[in-house]
Amino acid sequence: MTSPAPDASTVRVAPKARLQWDEVRQRHVLLYPEGLVALNETGADILALCDGTRTVAGIVTSLQQRYGVEGVQQDVTGFLEALAAKGLILFEGG
Amino acid sequence: MTPQPLWLLAELTYRCPLQCPYCSNPLEFAGARFRNELGTEDWCRVFREAKALGVLQLGLSGGEPLLRADLERLVAAAHEVGLYTSLITSAYRLTKDRLAALRRSGLDHVQISIQAADEELSNYIAGTASYGDKLAAYRWTKELGFPLTVNVVLHRKNLHQVRDLIGLAESLGAERIELANTQFYGWAFHNRDALMPTRAQLEEGWRVVQEERGRLGTRLEIVWVLPDYHEQFPKPCMGGWARSYMTVTPAGEVWPCHAAGRITTLKFANVREHSLEWIWHHSDAFTKFRGDAWMPEPCRSCPRKTVDFGGCRCQAFLIAGDAGVTDPVCSLSPHRHLVDDAVAEVERTAAAEAGEWVYRAAPNSRALAAKG
Repeated sequence: MTSPAPDASTVRVAPKARLQWDEVRQRHVLLYPEGLVALNETGADILALCDGTRTVAGIVTSLQQRYGVEGVQQDVTGFLEALAAKGLILFEGG
Repeated sequence: MTPQPLWLLAELTYRCPLQCPYCSNPLEFAGARFRNELGTEDWCRVFREAKALGVLQLGLSGGEPLLRADLERLVAAAHEVGLYTSLITSAYRLTKDRLAALRRSGLDHVQISIQAADEELSNYIAGTASYGDKLAAYRWTKELGFPLTVNVVLHRKNLHQVRDLIGLAESLGAERIELANTQFYGWAFHNRDALMPTRAQLEEGWRVVQEERGRLGTRLEIVWVLPDYHEQFPKPCMGGWARSYMTVTPAGEVWPCHAAGRITTLKFANVREHSLEWIWHHSDAFTKFRGDAWMPEPCRSCPRKTVDFGGCRCQAFLIAGDAGVTDPVCSLSPHRHLVDDAVAEVERTAAAEAGEWVYRAAPNSRALAAKG
């Protein structure tokens, strides 16, 4: 079950989860009760933008500017919805 | 290449005010082997070494970890090195002040057990009047902003309460409920005939879980730990021997899982004498069953060996008397009849509601140890 990502809401990492650098494996991880998600560089960049001030659209714009690419909307939305389904990020307001 | 561990379970003490007859702690927990508990500095060093080795998740357990007066300091030390910390507790005599102090020390997550959905049964199973303390602690855990896991070990005397237990976790605002069917190690193995549910009970419990998952969606995660005696294939125990997990016992022995200390044919190293890194890479207990070179048939040529890793070494030792054979739970194991016999015996006797258990208490531990 996935929660749709509403355009107007801001996104933040859930209080139970923590984004962290794993020095031993040289990658970011999202830690939560009894589990973790290993992140690639893009995933870590997206989550770093989930600070409660940006909307999904805002995150997409930031990433497109940073990487100089277009059309990442679907990938970002899919990634965030999968994490939201596990309660690891929250959509607020909107 | 040797894998790197992700999980460390710190069993801070085997002292516990509860006496649950399914406890995974060793039968001889009250004996000399476990009494000389590690000090604060030893544990802080273990946490630093664990993090350097790759560990990210730390469980602070026991026995009852709240009995350690230095728990706040241990949490702070673990938090400082970047471990995600979970307190695994009965919550007996826990106060809101202490929980708040643990929050300030950096504790990330609280898991509180409950033995049944109602007070009378919960206290009976725990062997200690503890239900009221647990309900209060659940509320404080949420008030203080912790993620909360409700943990219940399921067995013949409480499996009929699955729906009520899920309802309780829902009403508490918990994130997760772990419905852990009893795994038969430690005290649970000793009390197996009194604890093992009937197949009909398990089927009904599983049906309710599926129904409740549909109703609750993402609001409450319902974890159902499989009752492996009733399965066709073994569980991928600990994700494979010495692949991602280690347990440090109260007196400093390091085990590949929290039941492994029972295997008398393994030699366990101690953090008082070796670094965690050496123990992970070189100790007898960790290297013996790592990978698949140790596997006999039917595992060796089985396509499932990368799925279940031959199952559980402790179960092979307890049931077949040899930690190096296929988990007897596997339908392909030459020892499967021993599991079938145990299941059949329960089906025969459960109707008469036979089966008395022995509480996990220090006097009982000493009596059992004396018997050998």
